[in-house]
Amino acid sequence: MDPGADRAVSGRPVIGAVRSTFAPWDDPGARPLVRFEGVARRFGQVAAVDGVSLEIYEREFFALLGPSGCGKTTLMRLLAGFEQPDEGRILLEARDIAGLPPHARPTSMMFQSYALFPHLTAAQNIAFGLKQQRLPRREIAARVDEMLALVKLEGLGGRKPDQLSGGQRQRVALARAIAPRPRILLLDEPLAALDKKLRDETQFELMRLQHDLAMTFMIVTHDQEEAMVVADRIAVMREGRIVQVGRPAEIYEAPASRYVAGFIGEVNLFEGRLEAQADGAAYVACPDAPGGLAAATDQGLAHGLAVCLAVRPEKMVLHAEPPAPGRNRLAGKVVDIGYLGDWTTYVVEVAPGRTVRAARANATRMAERPLGWGDEVWLTFAPDAAVVLTA
Amino acid sequence: MRRPRAGLAALVPYLWLGVFFAFPFLLVAKLSLSDTALAIPPYAPRLRWTDGVDGLRAFAAALDPETYARLWRDRLYLDAYASSLRLAAVATALLLLVGYPMAYGMSRFPPRARSILVMAVILPFWTSFLIRIYAWIAILKPAGLLNAALGALGLPALNLLNTEAAVIVGLVYAYLPFMVLPLYAVLEKQDDSLVEAAQDLGASRAGAFWRVTFPLSLPGVAAGALLCFIPMVGEFVIPDLLGGSGTLMLGRTIWTEFFANRDWPAASAVAIVLLATLVIPILVFQRQQAKVVR
Repeated sequence: MDPGADRAVSGRPVIGAVRSTFAPWDDPGARPLVRFEGVARRFGQVAAVDGVSLEIYEREFFALLGPSGCGKTTLMRLLAGFEQPDEGRILLEARDIAGLPPHARPTSMMFQSYALFPHLTAAQNIAFGLKQQRLPRREIAARVDEMLALVKLEGLGGRKPDQLSGGQRQRVALARAIAPRPRILLLDEPLAALDKKLRDETQFELMRLQHDLAMTFMIVTHDQEEAMVVADRIAVMREGRIVQVGRPAEIYEAPASRYVAGFIGEVNLFEGRLEAQADGAAYVACPDAPGGLAAATDQGLAHGLAVCLAVRPEKMVLHAEPPAPGRNRLAGKVVDIGYLGDWTTYVVEVAPGRTVRAARANATRMAERPLGWGDEVWLTFAPDAAVVLTA
Repeated sequence: MRRPRAGLAALVPYLWLGVFFAFPFLLVAKLSLSDTALAIPPYAPRLRWTDGVDGLRAFAAALDPETYARLWRDRLYLDAYASSLRLAAVATALLLLVGYPMAYGMSRFPPRARSILVMAVILPFWTSFLIRIYAWIAILKPAGLLNAALGALGLPALNLLNTEAAVIVGLVYAYLPFMVLPLYAVLEKQDDSLVEAAQDLGASRAGAFWRVTFPLSLPGVAAGALLCFIPMVGEFVIPDLLGGSGTLMLGRTIWTEFFANRDWPAASAVAIVLLATLVIPILVFQRQQAKVVR
């Protein structure tokens, strides 16, 4: 594959992108499958969705990510037809679908509760949508078998939902939603009810299904890790608005705001004031670092502007011996150590009550950790490890 | 030790059943096998405890199922059974037609309004049952409220009082809460997302109702239907007050045998056969309930 493919469209380097040629959102000629245009939905005085514009492309795995109550589920229900927008338009294949009832929309939803019909067997549940399409009986039976095989439930089609385990029920719900071959599959917190190990497996299972079936998936989740793993693009929502849309790596490595940086993973935020800008770097005065801070940026920023530098814990370098004085250098004391097996997180107090996190991969099986509680340490980071945030 | 205590606690309902159901039932069963006699109380044989085992043997020998044979021979009794079952069945069907939409409508209201509606369903119980049935006489009698309303609308008068129609009206009115409440209980706890899922999969509102909501409410339908049907078969007050002398129902037959004819064995036999007939739907109902619990 051409290593320059990611840069070809936009003409600038894509930060931290997984090498892939699937990027219809960068193609000005591509027509979106779904398009939200200034959509708002209010419940009384509260705007659950507030002026959302968004485009989702064919065969994309799109994630709506945000804390509970941010409006992500309402946005999904607007697309499914269970809610009607108070403002704006929703287009599916360039057709305004306002007023179309849920049963007339080529969308399928997998409910958080699964909403399996308890009086029907797994196979009858899966056949429900096919019967509504009035397919011939033979074809329904064939499609049900195909779906049961797809979600690895062969032989369990005759069971009622209460005779299935949680993981099996989840897969019946998934098969039921896929069976009518919707134009877009909507997944409302599909993994929330599963335990961690099953959730991890199912994430990859979802990706495999989406790829093999060449379908468009839209997932709603509050779990940033889940969104990062499965999605091609993530929209981060806050209080009914979308605050950033991008590939998982873009969202993680180049968050647009303090909110996004803090919501996705761990982050250290250094508040300061812009002192100078030269050669693609911003120089920031910050009380935490006597030598000042430097960060790579191509934004044009006003002198004296209050800015924030965001640095991920794994990009902080820990030193037991004092490094050469300079920028991006902090000194402190280890106050907490969190051993996670693969990683160890060190919490370093750089000023009274002000802590910074640094993560280190445990690359060897050393039983004795080189750093302990109360040790004096130094932290440094590279200018291109930091992101300059103004929002 | 906790087991024996739990055993004692489990005994209480059996004790209750024994004292208030099994023992009276045996008395009635014994009565139904006796003969009428000109005595006080008006039946024979009487069990004499003073004669010991011989007395018991003589008593058992004197019992005979002749009364049951009489029930079978006499058309009157069979007709009373048939018309009781028929009226109860018609009333149950009408109760479902009236009660289901009511219960469904109630379950669609927001939770706070629902409890008010449930109160409204129960409210008639605060007035005496007898008074409420008497009120229907005032409505249905030839110069009653119904005909006054029909006359005002220029419609011909209806003579409903002392007909089977009046009995059915009374039954439907009196038993409506017993139909609505079990139906409401199942409909209210149904997960709304099931209907949404059905619609999402291509079912219209009506389709979602018939393929999801209704089948899932069948336990409530069964509970409500049996809760109404069983007591309605033996209902006495409503046919007596609204049905007049022409309406044949078992409750009135038992009353007539017992008080007018002083034929205690016949009254008892009618009651025993009624109970035996109703045991079948009760067993069906219990199996249904067991399924729901599982």
